[in-house]
Amino acid sequence: MEVKNANAAMLSNYEVFKLLTDLKEQRKDSGKSKQQNLNTITFETLKYLSKTPCSRQTPGIVKEFLTTMMPHKLTKAEKLQLLNHRPQTAVEIQLMVEESEERLSEEQIEELIHTVADVLPGDPEQENAAPAEAEIDEAAEQS
Amino acid sequence: MFVLVEMVDTVRILPWNFQRQLNEAIVEELNKKLANKVVFNVGLCICLFDITKLEDSYIFPGDGASHTKVHFRYVVFHPFLDEILLGKIKYCSQEGVHVTMGFFDDILIPPESLQQPAKFDEAEQVWLWEYETDEGAHDLYMDQGEEIRFRVTDEVFLDTSPTGPAAAATETPAQPGQSTAPPAEAAEEKKESPYTLIGTICDPGLGLLSWWNS
Repeated sequence: MEVKNANAAMLSNYEVFKLLTDLKEQRKDSGKSKQQNLNTITFETLKYLSKTPCSRQTPGIVKEFLTTMMPHKLTKAEKLQLLNHRPQTAVEIQLMVEESEERLSEEQIEELIHTVADVLPGDPEQENAAPAEAEIDEAAEQS
Repeated sequence: MFVLVEMVDTVRILPWNFQRQLNEAIVEELNKKLANKVVFNVGLCICLFDITKLEDSYIFPGDGASHTKVHFRYVVFHPFLDEILLGKIKYCSQEGVHVTMGFFDDILIPPESLQQPAKFDEAEQVWLWEYETDEGAHDLYMDQGEEIRFRVTDEVFLDTSPTGPAAAATETPAQPGQSTAPPAEAAEEKKESPYTLIGTICDPGLGLLSWWNS
């Protein structure tokens, strides 16, 4: 066996998730699953990925995300990490964006967090919890 | 986290699979050979992405099987250096904190890469971060099963393919009397993982998720 290119492209978690989900469906239909190794790795990888934000993404969302990221001048690897992790705090952004202190101002980091939260769908459970709190705040303000 | 790797391999299809579609049989053979295996200096293979080219198939004298050179792309787990990953603590030991991602287990965060000052609790066999506040030090325990965010700082590939007696031979000639020791060592080495990630959590935002949530 010969490796032609050990890094032909980086894949996002969503792409791998989609590929494995399709593969699982396909193999379920065909009914034969004698391949122990393939079964193990697809099961474990899907189990891991289904807990990450990628399980709620679609090709449209990924495309929209990449378009909105254009003005931020981030590298491919940085965008990939933002897509995979969906960071919600400034400290996470600082981890994923190299030398973020010099490259991004505080406002830009805030803006990044907002776009990430707007474009990429979050965990429904957490989302439901957050608006409820906001409503309470609003109600408190009104009274 | 995942990359596409272009590879070329000659796939042998046994005669009783000739009634199947060639593509289908090749996909199965490639997955049988590579899925859940570590390829040296490449990473942990997950599953086939696609076949880009099939060359002509040959049948050689004395072998009923067909041999086809296949160009294909495979999905491989191979995080780049400095990538941020999320895992769970498998267990702690003197060597550091061992982290698992479910499909990949061999991740070590050595003691010097933990949030400092770090201390190993012998009684509980757990690492803890002696986080200092104005009111004194807080012990933040790194318990088993906790979610942890870390940065990849290094990768170690170990060639675990059978090497023959060469490795043992280099050690034995000096002390012929201790002939039993080297094979034992070799057996120890066999358990070594072929691909290990070395991580760090010595940066703000890294470590247990619960440390940074509030």
